[in-house]
Amino acid sequence: MSQSVMDAAEAATQAGSQAVDSADPFILAFTVFVLAIFVGYHVVWNVTPALHTPLMSVTNAISSIVIVGAILAAGPLEMNIGTVLGLVAVGLAAVNIFGGFMVTQRMLAMFKKRQ
Amino acid sequence: MSANMVALAYLIAAVLIIFALKGLSSPESSRRGNLFGMIGMLIAIVVTLQLPGVQNYTWIFAALAVGGLVGGSVARKIPMTHMPQLVAFMHSLVGLAAVLIAVSAFYDPAAYGIADAEGGLHLSSRIELFLGTFIGAITFTASIVAFAKLQGLVSGRPVTFKGQHLLNLLLGLVMVGAGVVFCMNQSWDAFLLMLAIALVLGVLLIIPIGGADMPVIVSMLNSYSGWAAAGIGFTLSNNMLIIAGALVGSSGAILSYIMCKAMNRSLFNVLLGGFGGEVAAAGSAASVGDRPVKAGAAEDAAFLLQNARSVVIVPGYGLAVARAQHALKEVVDKLIASGVQVRFAIHPVAGRMPGHMNVLLAEADVPYDIVCEMDEINPEFAETDVALVLGANDVTNPAAKTDSSCPIYGMPILDVEKAEHILVVKRSLSVGYAGLDNDIFYMDKTMMLFDDAKKACEAILKALD
Repeated sequence: MSQSVMDAAEAATQAGSQAVDSADPFILAFTVFVLAIFVGYHVVWNVTPALHTPLMSVTNAISSIVIVGAILAAGPLEMNIGTVLGLVAVGLAAVNIFGGFMVTQRMLAMFKKRQ
Repeated sequence: MSANMVALAYLIAAVLIIFALKGLSSPESSRRGNLFGMIGMLIAIVVTLQLPGVQNYTWIFAALAVGGLVGGSVARKIPMTHMPQLVAFMHSLVGLAAVLIAVSAFYDPAAYGIADAEGGLHLSSRIELFLGTFIGAITFTASIVAFAKLQGLVSGRPVTFKGQHLLNLLLGLVMVGAGVVFCMNQSWDAFLLMLAIALVLGVLLIIPIGGADMPVIVSMLNSYSGWAAAGIGFTLSNNMLIIAGALVGSSGAILSYIMCKAMNRSLFNVLLGGFGGEVAAAGSAASVGDRPVKAGAAEDAAFLLQNARSVVIVPGYGLAVARAQHALKEVVDKLIASGVQVRFAIHPVAGRMPGHMNVLLAEADVPYDIVCEMDEINPEFAETDVALVLGANDVTNPAAKTDSSCPIYGMPILDVEKAEHILVVKRSLSVGYAGLDNDIFYMDKTMMLFDDAKKACEAILKALD
């Protein structure tokens, strides 16, 4: 990994130690957010251009991680508008998760070397 | 599971997701990477299902099953030429899911454990909710429009009207205003107004953008869907969602950048739209003229290819439209068997989305190690006996290097004109997306084969026997 990521990691450790006193949870979440952008930047530049379409379909599946929020919304036993919306969101995210990972798998299986 | 265990499990899921992206650095490691991604997602879902607040199992499993069945069957059946539409469609689902989750969180903050003492929302949660909702809403409707354009349900022509950008700006300001009111007093009216404007803005932002720019738009919406997921992560204070969202967001942003660079356009210029509209007009006006071309038959092409030492094939989207990949693969097999070195040259915007042409060739069983990227193959054209251009046009136009007045000036192109012989398969001398005539058609060393790509490949194959 490059220097910038290491610097960022160091910054995170410092932010972590400050958290003991007072840091707002939002600041911690924001720290994670910024670091993850750095990780994403470095990982994605290493993706070979030949696999940019599978990259898109798999990131599609990954962004459907919002299913975690949808399950929480759908969680309570008593049904109301909130849970119904949550259930619909669970269904939509599930389409993406299954569809995204499976179509990616299908595409990746096509990439073969010369015999 | 204790809260710490849950957080650690989410961390493992996040790391596995990073490995899924890392695996894509080469085709060999990519399949394992995808498996890591699936395991990460499974961990995330299972851990969430066992949280104490989640009890509505029957309905949740029903929703998972229905969604899974739909997604799975689409993934199995979708033709590879339709990948851009599928991806745009899936972006819209992420956007819609993010909006639904945000509305539900506002309706019942207690379900997420983010309620304050009076059962309302903290200011920070309101701001996060506002951001997540409008990004999700714009992603939703913008992706629907992109899907409709790619699927051909509506014309790919840019829709422009006077005062368009001013209208968008005004709507944007009203939306932010409504959002600020919502953040101050948690008013449903302000929230719904903000949501409604965001949905309309999504449509208005995409209609001025032409079909040729869709690769950029699909990449950009990919990025938005990630930011929307990260927004929901902030609302729930869930680091895993924030990490996954940020990864997807930066991935989409990088792809947009790569696409823009491959077309020598700025993202701003693409977003302002209109490209392809005046171009279509210019295209019909630009007289193709009476410049002489050398046309040949399939037999001549076969002779040329058979006697070459090295052949570089430049495929364009026209190849996929004509469904000629498989016939072409047979031609390639035959040439390789008779000792010709055959490679493919892929321009970054050769298909309808980043990397699309690579998938289409892989589907036709073309081995990926003879498929080269532009930077890799360009120095090789000078040593190439025959460059075979199939269904591509603008990406081979040398005017991009020499004519500063042409609309694609500065766009990186494949240096086809440096090859010893050029063979162009094309239905007619019509212009490409950019509405330009292409000088390589009129060169002395060029032979034109006027035919549909599939018929041409079949005829060449027959002549090779």
